[in-house]
Amino acid sequence: MKKIEAIIQPFKLEEVKEAMKSIGVDGMTVTEVRGHGRQKGHKEVYRGREYQVDLLPKVKLELVVADGRVGEVIKALSGAARTGKIGDGKIFVSDVMEAIRIRNDDRGETAL
Amino acid sequence: MRPQYALGLCLPVALSTQAQPDKIAALEEAVKSAQSAGDNAWMLTSAALVLLMTGPGLALFYSGLVRKKNVLATMMQSFVLMALVTVLWALVGYSLAFGEGSPYLGDLRYLFLAGVESAPNGDYAATIPHQTYMVYQLMFAIITPALICGAFAERMKFSAMVIFSALWLLVVYCPMAHMVWGKGGLLNAFLGGKLPCFDFAGGTVVHITSGVSALVCALYMGKRNGYESEPMRPHSLVLSFIGACLLWVGWFGFNAGSAVAASSLATSAFVATHFAAATATLGWLAIEWLRTGKPSVLGGISGAVAGLVAITPASGFVKPFHAILIGLAAGILCYVMVAMVKSKMGYDDSLDAFGVHGVGGTLGAILTGVFATNAVNNGLKDAAGKPLPLGLVDGNGGQMINQLAGSAIAWLLAIVGTLVILKICDVLVGVRVSGEDETQGLDLSQHGEEGYNLEA
Repeated sequence: MKKIEAIIQPFKLEEVKEAMKSIGVDGMTVTEVRGHGRQKGHKEVYRGREYQVDLLPKVKLELVVADGRVGEVIKALSGAARTGKIGDGKIFVSDVMEAIRIRNDDRGETAL
Repeated sequence: MRPQYALGLCLPVALSTQAQPDKIAALEEAVKSAQSAGDNAWMLTSAALVLLMTGPGLALFYSGLVRKKNVLATMMQSFVLMALVTVLWALVGYSLAFGEGSPYLGDLRYLFLAGVESAPNGDYAATIPHQTYMVYQLMFAIITPALICGAFAERMKFSAMVIFSALWLLVVYCPMAHMVWGKGGLLNAFLGGKLPCFDFAGGTVVHITSGVSALVCALYMGKRNGYESEPMRPHSLVLSFIGACLLWVGWFGFNAGSAVAASSLATSAFVATHFAAATATLGWLAIEWLRTGKPSVLGGISGAVAGLVAITPASGFVKPFHAILIGLAAGILCYVMVAMVKSKMGYDDSLDAFGVHGVGGTLGAILTGVFATNAVNNGLKDAAGKPLPLGLVDGNGGQMINQLAGSAIAWLLAIVGTLVILKICDVLVGVRVSGEDETQGLDLSQHGEEGYNLEA
């Protein structure tokens, strides 16, 4: 099993959810986060006082999928989240040792 | 004008039926009571409008500008003053401001509101109950110390703020209100002042005193922790926007109500008020747009408030187009003070109470001397009943000196009074919260609550 963490533009969340649904990925966890990569923040001015806002609002998705589906999921995800502009975000993939369904103690890929 | 006109209509009817003198007296009484009803309706409405300026107007305007950990504490400062000042006003404040007394302070004739009942006070407002006048003036006394709260926002102890405001009302506000509006007050142009100064609705009494005291507070208390190193962005300009709109509307009670009658002078003040707010908004937006490339919402609403401040002393004395000029000047000057000068001077007047009220109020007081005209306000007459020239536009340039003197007195009283009171508060309870409390936020540290429990 692999965990796919994707940090994306908040306004792309709906498209990504649709894309996941269309390839049959049923579960995901979404968190509102703030962060920045190479993308610069923006400037805000209040009564002449400037503030540099570096940490921008982003959305983090976490999904755990069977090993064989990783390529397909990443393709659909990055396709849906991409605008082609700086600030589109990143995807990280890591190994998952175990998955347990709390309701009935299913283990491994059957728990996904 | 209206009573004579109404009487003129009634008289021929009365005379043609061979009316007895008592019938005429009854008619006069009816006319008086009709005028009193009209005036009283407007003045009670105005009083309510002025209270609306403090809560929710100013409370929202200020609390949107602070960080979210201080939103309740900032609202509370305005709200507690609605209660505290009311009680002080009833006990002694009204008497100190409006009792006859010396040129500097009222006497104690209205202590505990003795004699302030339904019969009008002919000196202040001949057509409305004295109680209406008292409660209308109370609303001014409430908002004035509330304006100062903008300077020490996010760092003053609640206990110190309560003591400060109570003392400030008695030591700074009441004497200034007496000098300008009280019978026999030094600066009262209409009731025997030695140094007549035109202040229709409180440019000196409300805005210079509060704005200058705000500057003293900001200097005395020092900057907020993290000022200029941490971001201190307004947490909700949405709240500030609603607050500013309520201020604009409430200001009609403040300025047009200061005619103390539902008269054509009230209309004139209403129009001047509205016009000045409009051009100040545009003035601030324009200079900001040119300088930073974007016209901001905060800029628009700050400009409106600046214009409303500046027109306050002038509102019952100037023509609409002069109000437009006063507003424009205020929008531009207050922007320069707040956005350019303040950062150079380095004091932390957190919500710009000085930059808007102190500067706008002083500008308004001076421009009142320029634009005041007896074509708008003929309340001052010579022995022959001819209206006296008021400001520079009437050819009375000397009035400028009086306006400057009146402003200087307000500045001086505010500086000295505020310094002394701050010192007293510091000795009694300490004016500033601990660093820890400041970091935690005043909502939790002073009141044990949070403004936004969105997960609750």
